[in-house]
Parts: sequence; C-alpha cells; structure tokens
Amino acid sequence: MEIVKTDIAIIGAGGAGLRAAIALAEADPKLRIALISKVYPMRSHTCAAEGGAAGVIKSDDSMALHFGDTVGGGDWLSDQDAVEYFIQEAPKELTQLEHWGCPWSREPDGSVAVRPFGGMKIKRTWFAADKSGFHILHTLFQTSLKYPSIQRFDEYYATDLLVEDGRCQGLTALEIRSGQMKQFQAKAVIIAAGGGGKMFPFTTNGNIKTGDGMALAYRAGTPLKDMEFVQYHPTGLPNNGILLTEGCRGEGGVLFNKDGRRYLQDYGMGPETPIGQPVLKTMELGPRDRLSQAFWGEQKKGNTVSTPWGDCVLLDMRHLGEKKIDERLPLVRDLCISYLGKDPVKEPIPIRPVVHYMMGGIHTDTRAATRLPGLFAAGECACVSINGANRLGSNSLTELLVFGKRAALSAIEHIQSGLPDGKGAALAAQAQASEARISALMNKSNGTETIAGLRKEMMDTMETNVGIYRTGSELATACDKISELRQRYANIALHDKTHVYNTDLMQALELGSMLDCAEAVTVGARDRKESRGAHQRLDFTERDDVNLLKHTLTHYHPTDPPRVEYLDVVITQSQPGVRDYSGAKK
Amino acid sequence: MSERQIQLEVLRYNPETDSEPRYQTYSVPCMNEWVVLDALNYVKEHLDPTLSYRWSCHMAVCGSCGMMINGEPKLACKAFIHEYTDQIRVDPMANFPIERDLVTSVEDFIAKLASVKPYLIPKEDKPISAGEFKQTPAELKKFKQYTLCINCMLCYAACPQYGLVPEFLGPAAISMAHRYNQDSRDGGRDQRQEVIATDTGVWECSFVGACSEVCPKHVDPAGALQQVKVASTIDWYKEHLMPWMKK
Repeated sequence: MEIVKTDIAIIGAGGAGLRAAIALAEADPKLRIALISKVYPMRSHTCAAEGGAAGVIKSDDSMALHFGDTVGGGDWLSDQDAVEYFIQEAPKELTQLEHWGCPWSREPDGSVAVRPFGGMKIKRTWFAADKSGFHILHTLFQTSLKYPSIQRFDEYYATDLLVEDGRCQGLTALEIRSGQMKQFQAKAVIIAAGGGGKMFPFTTNGNIKTGDGMALAYRAGTPLKDMEFVQYHPTGLPNNGILLTEGCRGEGGVLFNKDGRRYLQDYGMGPETPIGQPVLKTMELGPRDRLSQAFWGEQKKGNTVSTPWGDCVLLDMRHLGEKKIDERLPLVRDLCISYLGKDPVKEPIPIRPVVHYMMGGIHTDTRAATRLPGLFAAGECACVSINGANRLGSNSLTELLVFGKRAALSAIEHIQSGLPDGKGAALAAQAQASEARISALMNKSNGTETIAGLRKEMMDTMETNVGIYRTGSELATACDKISELRQRYANIALHDKTHVYNTDLMQALELGSMLDCAEAVTVGARDRKESRGAHQRLDFTERDDVNLLKHTLTHYHPTDPPRVEYLDVVITQSQPGVRDYSGAKK
Repeated sequence: MSERQIQLEVLRYNPETDSEPRYQTYSVPCMNEWVVLDALNYVKEHLDPTLSYRWSCHMAVCGSCGMMINGEPKLACKAFIHEYTDQIRVDPMANFPIERDLVTSVEDFIAKLASVKPYLIPKEDKPISAGEFKQTPAELKKFKQYTLCINCMLCYAACPQYGLVPEFLGPAAISMAHRYNQDSRDGGRDQRQEVIATDTGVWECSFVGACSEVCPKHVDPAGALQQVKVASTIDWYKEHLMPWMKK
C-alpha cells in the first residue's frame, strides 16, 4: 500500500477544511498539508448555503448582543466560552475573506452590507446576494491555489483513522478513481467533512452529506455530542427540499396559512408586524426551531394548504418587488421558477420545513480539539458547541471560518509539542486491516440486503419517528429499527466488484456512516427527556435545566447501541432564561 | 404530477471490463417534474447499481453533474424531463477523457483554472484590523457576473476550439482571470496577462459563443473573452505604437 507522509491531514475540503488548510500554509510554509476530500473542493456543500454569515461590524451592534442572540437562540445549550471566542473572531474572519476577494454585497458608500436574519436582534449578516456559501467556498478554494504546500487529494474517501499510542496518526483513504487504498501518515488530523442530513429523506442537504467525518471519529473512539438536535429549516420547496434562504424573510417575506393569516402570531411570535416592515427577532424573523414548530401546529389544526407534494404554508415575497428580489434574492427566484414553476415576484410560494443542519457532531472543545489527541474537527461535523439546541441562521458559515482556522492552529500546537515518531509497523498493520475490511465488503458474495433498501428503511424511520415533534414510544421504535438496520448492514451485497469509480461501494460506505450517526441521533433523542430548541418531546414538553442543562455524549460500540454520557454545559455569563420572540416589548 | 415512461439511453464504459464504450437503455418511469438526474438516480437505485456518475446538490450550484443530454452540455439536475421526448440519450461531457460511464476527468480544467492565478492579488497590503476594502456597488457590478461560475465545465464541452486544441485555456479559466482583473481591489492583471494573452489563451478563441449559450449561470464567458481581447489589443498598441505611454 502506498504511504503518503504528511504533517497534517485534513479530511474534507469545504469551507472549514479549506480555511484550515490556508491557515496552516500561512503559519508555516514548510508544513506538509494533505487536503483529502471525497469530492473536488468546489463541489462541497458549503456552496449551497445562501443567506450569509454573521459577524459584528456595524456601529449599532455589539459582541454582547451577538452573544445574547446566539446563546438564547441555542436555548442555553451552547458552551458560552466557545460562543465568546466565536463572536470575537467572527468579524476578523469575515474581513479576511473580504481581503481574499469574496464579493460581499455592499452599501452605497462601499462598506460591506448586512441583512437581518432570524433570531438576531441587529442586522449583522454579511451576504453575497443569496449565494453567500457559494462565494465563500469559491473564494477559499481559489485562494488555496496560491499555496504550493497544500497538496490536494481530490476524490479520496477516508475509510479509517489510524490511532496508535493513544493519539491519531493518520488515516486510510480510498482513491475513488483507481480503487486503490492509500495510507496517510500524519502528526495530526483535522476532520471537516460536513453533516449527515442525508439520513433523512426530505433535506436541503446534497448527496454527499452522509456523516462520514462524524462516523470516522466516532468509530475511532471519540464521542459524538448532542446529535439529537437536528435543525428543520422552515422554508424548503415542497417537491424536492431545495432551500429558500432565511434571507427571504430577512428582506421582508411573510408566511401565511391557508386562510391568509400570519399564523406565527399564534405561536408566541406576535403581534403581527406590518407587511414590508419586518421587525427583528419576532414574527418571520423568529428562530428556525420556533418557525418549524409553528408549521407543525398549523398542520395539526388543518390550517395548511394541500399541494401535490404534501401540506404547505405560503411564503409571500410579492411586495418586495421584482427589482429587490433580483438584486437580493436572484437564486431564490431562479430556484422557484425552475424547480416549482412559480415566480415569487408574481405569486406566493408553497413551502414546508425541511431537514437542514445538525447542531450535533464530533465533541470538540474551544480549541477544536477532540478527546483523541492529534484529532481536531471543525464545521458542521463538529460540535463545539456554539449552536446549542438550535443554530441561528448565518452563524454556521462564520463557524466554518473561525473554527477551521482554530483547528489548524491547535494542530500546529499539537505537532510542536514534541511528539515521538510513529510506529510504522503498527500503523501499517492498521492500514492493512482497513483495506481488508473494504475488500471483504466488496467481495462478499452471499449478501442478502441491498444498499437502496436499507437506506430507504433508515430514511423512513427517521422521517416518521425523529421529526419536529417527538415522543418516547416513537423514539424507542426508531432506536430498535436503526439498531436492527446496523445488524442487517453486515449482510449487504455489492453488485459492482470493479475498482474504477465504484459508486456502489461509495454508497455502501456512506450508508454505514449514516447508520452509525443515525443511531447516535435516535438514542440521544430517546434519552433526552425534555424539550429544548430543536428537540421537542410531546411527552416531556418543558425544558429541564435541573437535570438536562447538559450535552449528550454518545460513545460508539461496533455491534451494540452507543453508551451515553452527559457533560455539563459551560456557562460563563448567561443563566438559562426565557426565549422571548414576541414583539410586544419591541 | 403525471408519470411518463422514458427510454434513457446511457453511455456505459468501465475500463476494467469494457474494451470500448457502449450504450445501455433503461426504461424509467419518470414524474413529469423530474430532471434527468432524478431518472439516473432511479436507475441507480432500482435498476442498475453499477452505473456511475457524479452529483450532489440537485440545485445547480455544486457543478458536479455536467453531461451531454441529447448531445447538448447540460447539468443533469437542471435538464427537465418535460422538455424532452420519451427517448433521452445521456453521454459524458464532450471534450474530456472518460474515466467511467458518465464520469470524466476534471484534472485538465483544474490545472488551467489554477494557472490563471484566480485569487486576489491586492493592490495594497492592508491588515485585517484596518477593516474591509471599500468597493461600491457599481465597482462590484463590473465583475460580479464572472464570479458566478460554478466550474461545471459545460463551456468546455461546448467549445469547438477546446475540442480541437486541448492546450486552449478555455472559457471558464479566462473568465475567472477577467473576474479578478476587473475587481477594484486587485492589482494582479499584469501577472495574469502573461498566461491569458497568449496563443493558447484568449487568442485561441474563435468567438463561436457556444460557451455563453450553454452556461447554466449566465456568466457569459464569451463576453469576458472579448473584453480580454480588446484590453490585450490596447496593451499591444500602447506598448508598440505609443511606447511613451504606460500600460
């Protein structure tokens, strides 16, 4: 097996991975950097983020306000030391992107423009029309081309981490083009491989979002955190789950039920605000969890609109006018016309909540370090946690940058701490075991399960039992079912036994990742007997700060369900309070 | 949401088992609102797990699923079934080597993109603490269109010149150079001109304009190339006929 020797390996080349790579290259041009991704960097799902990135820049804003919005938005499950670091670094990182050429939208005087976003008390979301993630990703990718020390391994699928002497020392990865396994020897590894929303059938997530990075760390023995917190974005196209950015509401779009009522006022987010004059942090500018929960309430009351794609509510942007829609929301207009045949300039758009983001992920501290020495993580695959029980829109793009860079700096500190040389033979033995595992999967001839079949059962289970509102009995069913699917996964059969671009094999490996992550989601949700942020239980309707102001940590077991541990939330300045999104006092 | 039976004729090629490419036809029950990518996913899920192709976002922004659909370069996620008859042929992108089935090699494009220095080379150094560079909406508008390239490479598949002369830098790479050249914050044009104002650069373009026709993001690379030609010509005159003038 070919061995690639590097100093720091990064798994994932989206926003966080690219930011980490650039930070490493800038810190020390002599560092050898291996940037490993299962897709070319510009295909990473960062490209699909639309609305923008939050960072305090304007004179009417303050760090304290961004802190308060984020911690309250997260229903006090955020670690406040992490949030403090995050908001301090945010403006620097967004300015850095500007210096690298990111085409941020501008005010008439040439300064960077900001727009309102849900749950934010002040306009602080930097945006590049409604293609913010796309521009961030391409700016980072193109900037990364400046640095010869960033060696890219595009279309390599990481299969296992190599852990020896209690620290992470590299990984194995499959070169998809050839089917050859490579061993990467590294002094530190950064995982920046995104979330796993594809475990659900109706999601804004791209096909590549299969939780591979989370599963890699999890299987290597470092825990996942708060996986039960899954964010539903309130405004997805009903036929295929395509995202319509929160910027639609930030710019003034409003939500109606079938009777033309601005129903959010019936869910603690009123009183109704005048159309065309959005008020921050209330009504349509409430947080995502509350808006998605309000949809569920309307559906139960029979107030939704029936469409061929299921129950919907209506997002009305007509009053914004064609000029503003084309300037601020051109992609949204294009997506609505192309994929739904409806023009938001002319008619309201039917929408419904859609799985969008995982607040949970690989347990990291404020240094982006996992519990496994030498292993760091950043971006959606990680859980620092700044997002707590509910992420505010536009905090995640900033998080990629802040913690992507932080992971790089921490990895450098780790390798400068005087590490002994790796034991080559032991690492090689592990790499061979990984290769043998993949070969066995490929060559098995007596498998009875199909990838598509198991995947569908997993998705149906998650959709039916682990949605916006949850119950103990449904979650118990989901736990049993996912556990069963993990057992049955051992019996899958591959049809494709060849080596070049074997996407049958890729899908099998991705399904394995999703099942591992899905079990952490279901077990975490079953055991969290309270309602907080995006985790709402019909059988435990209140937040329980006495017993559950804690993070869930799930520890992997190869055959059994995970072991669950709880960890206190870090509180530095804000005690849990009431999340008030009513507009009465404003 | 009516359903139609589509005959999907797909080019297959596996270098390990096939001596040459062949077509395989799948009968796919398609919803009228589907895109061709949905039909391919149906094949992969229900009919033939060995079919290989790239895709991810399903919303025409990641640029993965470029292919030839009835001979035209298209994103499979934005090629609507209702715009086609019941017989649809799918080939890998023209002008690129086939790796397998609908997967083509991207390496040549990536190398060309990197060669034009597609990153900001600032006019002036400015520390982060000094804040952002000012840029008015009008200055932004000068290059914004060229930032919209998703690197899907459909313009290369459409470009007759790239088909004939593989060394040609091609529409997307030159457009990206032009994007940075036009950015009010940038001072790197001279460095990029060395790469793009050459025989394998902009002068290879014969202005057929196919690149702009197929661009799913309306970047108009043909327009960018013409602007680069005009600017390069002015450079030449300044240098040769008016040597007392600075470029």
